[in-house]
Amino acid sequence: MTAAMLAEAWQAMGANRLRTFLTMLGMVIGVGAVILMLAVGQGAQQQVQESIASMGSNLFIILSGSTTSGGLRMGGGAAPTLTMADAAAIEELPSVAAVAPTAPGTAQLVYGPNNWSTQVMGSTPSFLTVRDWKLSAGFPFTDSDIRSATRVCLLGQTVVQNLFGDEDPVGKTIRIKNSPYVVLGVLAAKGQSLDGRDQDDTVIVPVTTALRKLFGSQFAGTVRFMMAQAESADAMPAVEKAINELLHQRHRIREGADNDFSVRNLTALANTAAETAQVMSLMLGAIASVSLLVGGIGIMNIMLVSVTERTREIGIRMAIGARGSDILLQFLLEAIIISVIGCLIGVALGVGGALLVSKFSGMAIVVTAASIFMAFAVAAAVGIFFGWYPARKAAAMKPIDALRYQ
Amino acid sequence: MARAADAVIRIEHLDKEYATEAGAVPVLKDVSVTVAPGEFVAIMGPSGSGKSTFMNILGCLDVATRGRYVLNGRDVGTLDKDELAHLRNQVIGFVFQGFNLLPRASLEDNVALPLIYRGTPRSERLARAREMLAKVGLGAYPRSHPNQISGGQQQRVAIARALVNQPKLILADEPTGNLDTATSMEIMALFTELNERDGITVVLVTHEPDIAAVAHRLVRLTDGKVIYDGPLERAAPGHMEKTP
Ligand SMILES: Nc1ncnc2c1ncn2[C@@H]1O[C@H](COP(=O)(O)OP(=O)(O)OP(=O)(O)O)[C@@H](O)[C@H]1O
Ligand SMILES: [Mg+2]
Repeated sequence: MTAAMLAEAWQAMGANRLRTFLTMLGMVIGVGAVILMLAVGQGAQQQVQESIASMGSNLFIILSGSTTSGGLRMGGGAAPTLTMADAAAIEELPSVAAVAPTAPGTAQLVYGPNNWSTQVMGSTPSFLTVRDWKLSAGFPFTDSDIRSATRVCLLGQTVVQNLFGDEDPVGKTIRIKNSPYVVLGVLAAKGQSLDGRDQDDTVIVPVTTALRKLFGSQFAGTVRFMMAQAESADAMPAVEKAINELLHQRHRIREGADNDFSVRNLTALANTAAETAQVMSLMLGAIASVSLLVGGIGIMNIMLVSVTERTREIGIRMAIGARGSDILLQFLLEAIIISVIGCLIGVALGVGGALLVSKFSGMAIVVTAASIFMAFAVAAAVGIFFGWYPARKAAAMKPIDALRYQ
Repeated sequence: MARAADAVIRIEHLDKEYATEAGAVPVLKDVSVTVAPGEFVAIMGPSGSGKSTFMNILGCLDVATRGRYVLNGRDVGTLDKDELAHLRNQVIGFVFQGFNLLPRASLEDNVALPLIYRGTPRSERLARAREMLAKVGLGAYPRSHPNQISGGQQQRVAIARALVNQPKLILADEPTGNLDTATSMEIMALFTELNERDGITVVLVTHEPDIAAVAHRLVRLTDGKVIYDGPLERAAPGHMEKTP
């Protein structure tokens, strides 16, 4: 019975191919958009989460320079005011796990015929601790390297690829700004940061080496920023307060004057970013769902036209013994077939589109079985929901009225 | 005349009114007719006299305003929509003036259509449909479509469709109205065969005395009333006149 009805519905759809196709198109676009948007949204969300995981936990960043100066907002770290002694003092605070004073800069790296311009960060062994950054090969430098400002370095994966290719860099000597540095180790891959930078495109050298030998800072002994790690998430508010008070004191800031430093809770910022990504993901899904709804209304519209157009056919079928439920089933099946086939094509296009987007824009894309399943369920529901009214209308017709319809 | 209990059709004091803007318009007035199994009844009457209205009620396509209609032993007035659909499917075969075939379906699919609503498996449906097409002389083109054959052939297909569920009763509202005289006679020969050989009760509406002459009994309607009901031979000459 249902098989016969399916065949009938299929035949009716085949009889008006262009219309069936156009009706389906609404569904195809709706489902495709939902799949694509969810893929983009979830991709972004996943990327943010990975970035957060790669950042290290319970982190503060302490920036040199005041946040505002004469009403103008200065770039963080514009004028270095944080000293190595500040770092040591912060490390002594309760609940502070580690502090990594950091002096960033850029430099040209040369190994053999290859050269590569990248970010060079002078820091301490603590840097690897606070960033939760492992080495994939070799060893980190130590406090004695800091004390004697040795020319050693740790290379990020991107730098290794560009300078060494497949060669093992550990123990080799590269030139940074024309001075020789021994590669002690290679950093494990970290991927993108929250702001989209490649975290693996970096070189880490002892902070003293960076300050004295590499960048020759005019503010000797000061660093642009420090990273500090609290022992636990609960301790973060207290630690933030303590750092603020300590630096306030040490820098002898007068009451009412602007601080020459600022403390930011990176973990809180990251959580905000994660929430933003989630909201964006939901928004994209919601916007795409509207097109699915429009597709459903398209189906209803066409089905209503179809019911009117086929009133005589309905009359004939009733005259030879079709029950209302048979007519209902026939039109409902048509709506469902259209929406499910449209959904299949939409899923294919959505997934294909997502792959294309990730290929050409490099955006992270996540297509989950759940999103496909959801699109399917929604499509079937849309078919039933929007097919129901026209089908009901067809089934409720009186045989004689349907037959007389011209 | 057969005993009332055995009748295929028993109509008692049936009224039909159409609701219009000007109020209820009576179209059938106190009609009582009984048709026994195996009868061949012609219904005649001037245009607008209510013949089609009557046939539609007989065919359970429409319902009477008042009165009783017992079809094949069942009081139609007490049945719900699904039971009426079942009667249309199993007991009645309806043949229309305009054939009413589904243009998109092949001839065999058209003929097989009533079987779908009976839940017959596909292979059996098609076998039965081909058998019926052969019976009406169209066995050669089961896969053709209605627009590829003549009007007379289309009416044969419609008759095959009416026959496919082996109905007790065939109702035909001006089945030859769209056909030329020769073709009309062929169709009437087919009805006669069904009536005489298969014992199917036939009720048909016509304007043509030649067509009505094939029947055994004449019911004449004028202005919604039965003004003659009896054997064809005894009908007054006026009753057999061609009606406009
Ligand atoms: N749906 C309707 N609503 C209102 N009036 C109707 C309706 N159907 C038929 N009538 C009226 O009922 C009367 C009988 O119509 P019917 O179609 O039964 O006549 P008929 O005898 O079949 O005529 P014809 O020989 O022309 O087919 C006519 O006056 C017609 O106008
Ligand atoms: Mg009529």
